[in-house]
Amino acid sequence: MPTVSVKRDLLFHALGRTYTDEEFDELCFEFGLELDEITSEKDIISREQGDTKAEGASDVILYKIDVPANRYDLLCLEGLVRGLQVFKQKMEAPRYRRVSPVSSEPQRLVITEETTAVRPHAVAAVLRNITFTQERYDSFIELQEKLHQNVCRKRTLVAIGTHDLDTISGPFTYTAKPPGDIRFKPLNQAKEYTAQELMSLYKTDSHLRHYLHIIEDKPVYPVIYDSNGIVLSMPPIINGDHSKISLNTKNVFIECTATDLTKAKIVLDMMVTMFCEYCEEPFTVEETEVVYPDGRTCQYPELAYRKETLSADFINRKVGISESTEHIAQLLTKMCLRSEVMSDGEQIEVEIPPTRSDVIHACDIMEDAAMAYGFNNIPRTTPRTYTVANQLPLNKLSELLRQDLAAAGFTEALTFALCSQEDIADKLLKNISETRACHISNPKTAEFQVARTTLLSGLLKTVAANRKMPLPLRLFEISDVVLKDETKDVGARNNRRLCAVYYNKSPGFEVIHGLMDRVMQLLEVKPGQGNGYHIQAADGKTAWEPSQWFKLDSVSFNGN
Amino acid sequence: MADTGLVETLLQRVEKVDGGLDSQDVATSLGVDHQAIVGAVKSLQALGDVISAEQRSSKHWELTGEGCEIAEQGSHEARVVSSIPKEGMPQSQLMKLAFGKVGFSKAMSNKWIRLDKGHEGGPRIFKTVERLEDLVRDKLLLVQKGQASQLEEKEKNELKKRKLLSEVTVKSYWITKGSCFSTTITKQETELTPEMIASGSWKEKKFKPYNFEAMGVAPDCGHLHPLMKVRTQFRQIFLEMGFTEMPTNNFIESSFWNFDSLFQPQQHPARDQHDTFFLSDPAQAHEFPQDYLERVRKVHSEGGFGSQGYKYDWKIEEAQKNILRTHTTAVSARMLYKLAQQEKFTPVKYFSIDRVFRNETLDATHLAEFHQIEGVVADYGLTLGDLMGILHQFFNKLGITKLRFKPAYNPYTEPSMEVFSYHEGLKKWVELGNSGVFRPEMLLPMGLPEGVTVIAWGLSLERPTMIKYGINNIRELVGHKVNLQMVYDSPVCRLDS
Repeated sequence: MPTVSVKRDLLFHALGRTYTDEEFDELCFEFGLELDEITSEKDIISREQGDTKAEGASDVILYKIDVPANRYDLLCLEGLVRGLQVFKQKMEAPRYRRVSPVSSEPQRLVITEETTAVRPHAVAAVLRNITFTQERYDSFIELQEKLHQNVCRKRTLVAIGTHDLDTISGPFTYTAKPPGDIRFKPLNQAKEYTAQELMSLYKTDSHLRHYLHIIEDKPVYPVIYDSNGIVLSMPPIINGDHSKISLNTKNVFIECTATDLTKAKIVLDMMVTMFCEYCEEPFTVEETEVVYPDGRTCQYPELAYRKETLSADFINRKVGISESTEHIAQLLTKMCLRSEVMSDGEQIEVEIPPTRSDVIHACDIMEDAAMAYGFNNIPRTTPRTYTVANQLPLNKLSELLRQDLAAAGFTEALTFALCSQEDIADKLLKNISETRACHISNPKTAEFQVARTTLLSGLLKTVAANRKMPLPLRLFEISDVVLKDETKDVGARNNRRLCAVYYNKSPGFEVIHGLMDRVMQLLEVKPGQGNGYHIQAADGKTAWEPSQWFKLDSVSFNGN
Repeated sequence: MADTGLVETLLQRVEKVDGGLDSQDVATSLGVDHQAIVGAVKSLQALGDVISAEQRSSKHWELTGEGCEIAEQGSHEARVVSSIPKEGMPQSQLMKLAFGKVGFSKAMSNKWIRLDKGHEGGPRIFKTVERLEDLVRDKLLLVQKGQASQLEEKEKNELKKRKLLSEVTVKSYWITKGSCFSTTITKQETELTPEMIASGSWKEKKFKPYNFEAMGVAPDCGHLHPLMKVRTQFRQIFLEMGFTEMPTNNFIESSFWNFDSLFQPQQHPARDQHDTFFLSDPAQAHEFPQDYLERVRKVHSEGGFGSQGYKYDWKIEEAQKNILRTHTTAVSARMLYKLAQQEKFTPVKYFSIDRVFRNETLDATHLAEFHQIEGVVADYGLTLGDLMGILHQFFNKLGITKLRFKPAYNPYTEPSMEVFSYHEGLKKWVELGNSGVFRPEMLLPMGLPEGVTVIAWGLSLERPTMIKYGINNIRELVGHKVNLQMVYDSPVCRLDS
């Protein structure tokens, strides 16, 4: 869940009132947010780097607010305030409009064929006559970072570039070139670098190195030029220094390059809807024309309003309330979903604004109605669903056996299903290839290399960790191992096992043998060569006393 | 049992006196170590009320090692005087004597000797008195004879300062006859034997009383693991509520069933290498229900069933990737798909409690594997209120009555709610688990009828267990490193009390 940190006083100022921490926490809870932490820059620095470093840092109180992962419209102060104000019916949701420039042609972004190989999509827009303050500017930068981390999937899907339009001149070209052919002065650097040089420069950059892999191995890198050949950006890595925005920037050119066009449109919509309130004509965004390699053109940002029609009855039935059509329309309007009762008095026409890309189905609208109604105001009812319970036979038998094994004096261990290759192979004098083990491709440590193929290694590790305990140790575990099995759709299956270990100063084979006899007795299996059970010496190479080792843990059972 | 001879002697002594006697005195007069008498007293006490012994402590003065030496040979200053011949002695020679240094300064202050600093051949000492009274020695001799009371406190403290005397505390017993006093002792029996019953000798025997202060002998038994005990209880609760157990014995799952079938988009962060364990062998799943797979592809990439969809390029290769399941909801998806294939829909209530795996950073509350508890109800016309009602009943059975619900986000449920309960100890609302109504984009492609709603909730098994048993670090509960003593000592699990 993304966390947004906002200055408390700034937030209260924008909300037009102050709250106690408890009141604000309550408001968040109702709205599906979580006031995660109340802190300050000073607190954060002192916690991370010590008190001395924190000296002089700001002690302005910060609210850290957890925002649901699909609500990109709440990732900055502007969006949070708008959402809460509409929810509290202090304001109406603004209407965002795409406008054409008054006295000139719209900006154009021309996409060339070469981008197909690396990052085929791009969209763009202009924020005209915007007024930044330090806070607005910080929030603008912060929102880009939040979007990059969330919906943009760390810039793999979408990367945002923002530019001072007055320093560059269109039309702009989005193309892709071999890294050696790209040369520019990147943001906050003193000289020009080729793309190749940049990639090695940023290898050690704590922030940018995480994005290099996205294009590193491609034959061509994406790049955006203006009509004079000035580099705006080399997405998704870095912008050019030339067009960087500042507090004094009046006109902002925003471009989003992407591997996923839907996400690019959403991200562009978010950037412009959140900040167009600071434009001379608030809530308007100047269009940009994008020209595709095939000559097609599109106007962006889309800022599409979509209409859905649903009935009050649908909402009442799904939520479990019985509200009037009018009230439900009001509830939805509180959630920025402007709603009107239609002429039949039953249907509601709901308008989904461009900020609510999370609303993709009627059930999303239903949830918003339930939230506005208040989850905790909904009467709690008992479904009349009549069913008869059944236990899974395998689990039922496991439960029964566990009880009886404890009654037989053995203590239940609980060990991990994942372990190292060594645990199931080398340490048991086996070759890993003969284990039928399933291998994990991305373990962070050796402890998670394979799914176990035997319970024995876990039990032995339990013994090893408990050498201080009085002897003897009698341990058992009934649990699943995992084996490759080509007859299954995933190529593997679980296998329920019982394993027991007796650990004492003297071997006591008869103890473990006796337990096995007891288990067989419980399972109504008689000793004997025919239909019964018998033990035979195994050629098990298990490290110690091979002659006395027999494979108890291969007594697998099934529940039927 | 102490030496029987000594015990009997002690009893005879006690019999002879009218009042009582002190164990120290007995030791002195018998010439035995005081501890031996103490042992005899203890063993008599164990026999019942033969004697009564009251512990007392007394202080008395004793000579130190140096004190003993002085009592024997005279004080250092007296010895200085007696060692000086008439013609005197060089100071340097005197200082070589063992008692020289201390004796010299004391004798000087007593004016028993004089020092001629200017004497030819170095400073020389002459005695000024012929006879002297060695008071220090006299006082020490008094103490040695046990007549310390004749000295004044001040005098004693002065000698103590010179480390000649020390005050010692002596613990002793004041022994008197008990209500069952007898000079002959009978050994008490500890156990009633069949022979005693047969012969009737039990009637004459005295039995040793039980010691209720000590712990009994621990029974030789096996133990169930506390987490599994809690699992049993949760299982019981679901069964009481009419829920059928799902077959969750498949740790390895395809991304298709774990994510795609749940309408979780392929770019979702949960599908990242950092969060999920992928398999290298067997790396891919094969065999999917083809028509269903096609409907899933379509709802993701194009929408349908009333949905806009996610509008991205859905890839079969992503769906085929095998993983260690990240939630048991993958099994719920398989079960609901199976249910949808029935000729006629029947309402179901399902549950499972089993392991799930996350490739997460490990800390005190997170391991790479944990147990997920999950409940699912599918029926026509279920409401959000029904979900809250059933959660209320479920948590009631755990003894949790105060619940509230927070709107949340989850890719496959809408609405989604986090369940919070008020924790009386922590005085705040704590998150218990997640719940929600499965999205139509998940259910309709499976083929479930339009009006069927499926509600579900999930929580971890470890968290309530840690709260229940007061364990702060998950490693102390799960895995091979747990202390077996914790398993041995864990109480029965009653979740509702």
